[in-house]
Amino acid sequence: MTTETTNRMDLTFQKLKTEGRAALIPFLTVGDPDLETTLDIISELEAAGADMLELGVPYSDPLADGPVIQRASSRALRSNVHLRTCMETALKARQAGSELPFILFTYYNPVMQMGLDTFFAALDAHEISGLIIPDLPVEESEEMRERSRAAGVNLIPLVAPTSSERIARIVSGASGFVYCVSSLGVTGERSAFHSGIDEFIASVRRSTDLPIAVGFGISTGEQVSRFAKICDGVVVGSAIVRKVEEVIPLLAEPQTRSAGLLQIREFVAQLRP
Amino acid sequence: MIQVPDKDGRFGSFGGRFVPETLMTALIELEEAYREFSADPAFQEEIDYLLKQYSGRETPLYYAERLSKHLGDAKIYLKREDLNHTGAHKINNAIGQGILAKKMGKTKVIAETGAGQHGVATATVAALLGMECKVFMGEEDTRRQALNVFRMKLLGAEVIPVTSGSRTLKDAGNEALRYWVSNVEDTFYVLGSAVGPHPYPMMVRNFQRIIGDETRRQILEAEGRLPDLLVAAVGGGSNAIGMFYPFMEDEQVAMIGVEAAGKGIDTPFHAATMSKGTRGVFQGSLSYLLQDEHGQIIEAHSISAGLDYPGVGPEHSYLKDIHRAQYVPVTDAEALDALKLLCVTEGIIPALESAHAIAHVVKLGKTLTKDDVVVICLSGRGDKDVESIMAYTEGAQNQ
Repeated sequence: MTTETTNRMDLTFQKLKTEGRAALIPFLTVGDPDLETTLDIISELEAAGADMLELGVPYSDPLADGPVIQRASSRALRSNVHLRTCMETALKARQAGSELPFILFTYYNPVMQMGLDTFFAALDAHEISGLIIPDLPVEESEEMRERSRAAGVNLIPLVAPTSSERIARIVSGASGFVYCVSSLGVTGERSAFHSGIDEFIASVRRSTDLPIAVGFGISTGEQVSRFAKICDGVVVGSAIVRKVEEVIPLLAEPQTRSAGLLQIREFVAQLRP
Repeated sequence: MIQVPDKDGRFGSFGGRFVPETLMTALIELEEAYREFSADPAFQEEIDYLLKQYSGRETPLYYAERLSKHLGDAKIYLKREDLNHTGAHKINNAIGQGILAKKMGKTKVIAETGAGQHGVATATVAALLGMECKVFMGEEDTRRQALNVFRMKLLGAEVIPVTSGSRTLKDAGNEALRYWVSNVEDTFYVLGSAVGPHPYPMMVRNFQRIIGDETRRQILEAEGRLPDLLVAAVGGGSNAIGMFYPFMEDEQVAMIGVEAAGKGIDTPFHAATMSKGTRGVFQGSLSYLLQDEHGQIIEAHSISAGLDYPGVGPEHSYLKDIHRAQYVPVTDAEALDALKLLCVTEGIIPALESAHAIAHVVKLGKTLTKDDVVVICLSGRGDKDVESIMAYTEGAQNQ
């Protein structure tokens, strides 16, 4: 299908495969602390060597997220950032020259309220290559899967260490990549991963030909390297959002803004495997 | 009527399981364990024993003669769930889920609580069954219900104040779910209302249906016929669904769920999910909820902490859509007046939650006739609310 071969995410994974390296996938809460800064941070992340980008849509009740992303969501919501604004931000980043594939990370309710027709009609025009909807398990996702396929957008399935016999069903018919949740729990940095993590990732590998990425709790360059050896992509979320939070005071002042952005860039650059 | 929920936990188009994949295996295990043990007579016997010997069931169906006479001609009965151990219907569900947790080999339980009634009930059952208990409670509610916080601590539970979001019941529920995701291997989540992902709405309804089962038997004994109307307060909706469910097939029995209108449904300060809400996904299921046009959940408001919730159980949304039950709003002020009325006519201090149900019957007043038999679910006692009633009354006087 032509729609699949032109998907920017798929092309990136193909390119990385020939280069023999894993994708570094930073996560960013859109609108934290404001939309203009988000656009600046996107270009810093690209310069730091990000291969694709998860754009987090702020939500009032982020069930799968730990305190760091909860706080970022609250800050973004105070600036009235919603699903539509996040999609517009992706388009603006593209117009500003970004080449990164964009993955929209959103809870299901904002999508439902926008209406699936409107949402899917807008995705392509806003340069979105993939979707992650953390509260939409395979049992509830049939319509979203069909519509994503028709729209040429990858609906990324999540598998957890506890998914075991569910894995086959979850990955069948999926596109893009399979997102392995590294540990039980919400998003946020941690030093220990689920004890059976390597066996878990190996079992996902046996179940699918798609690239697999791992995320939740990965925060250091050392951890990224560990997983880059056995996966095709590594997602770093809360650690970057925390870095953004740290430099908010710098970003707020014109004379220190570029220093703040540089700190974010340097943090992400040293994550690269 | 068709049996709900279906195998995917759907009540018509409502319900389902909108949770992170990390929880799916736990929810499926829970559903399987629940189905397995419910088919085992020994499980039900153990629950029945505790409901009777420990909680004091059955609870009376009391003919409130002075209230009836005060309001007009109808006969009004009160189902006295307030006379349960711990003072509310919440113990019915906590005993059921507690026994299930024990059968499943779990050693730790967690719960969310708003007014504190479900937290107290869970802490009580955890003490009784020798389990470790953590209760998540919005920081705002820990202030409004300080007495219940102390009660839970006395019972050996750890109370964890939740500081995210609006710091009330919905945030306590979010935090309990987040904690459960991280500790799913040894922890049982005792969910307190008929909300959340499947199988909770079904399971909580089934543990609460004893309210309606007893009422049915008792009213047949007292009146020789079924009631014309059942009235119950609806936050998440567990006492209401427990009261309604056994009457579902009896078309002559009307059902009214009463939700909190706070300062009025045309102000931003209410919890009237059915009157003002729209369909959406919240805390694991599809139902009516209070949200803005972007799908962000709106904070609810009610004088009653137990009704201060922007969602509602999916089975209630279903009953509303198929017109089997009707849902009406009652304001803070109306609920308070009804509370005072019940105090002076019957010598019963109802919980603020239950006072909403009474207030609606007060409103119906003269439209009821002498042939009407009405049952109100008096879901809890009001001792826990005395302080907030004082504060509200004094506040109103000072305005």
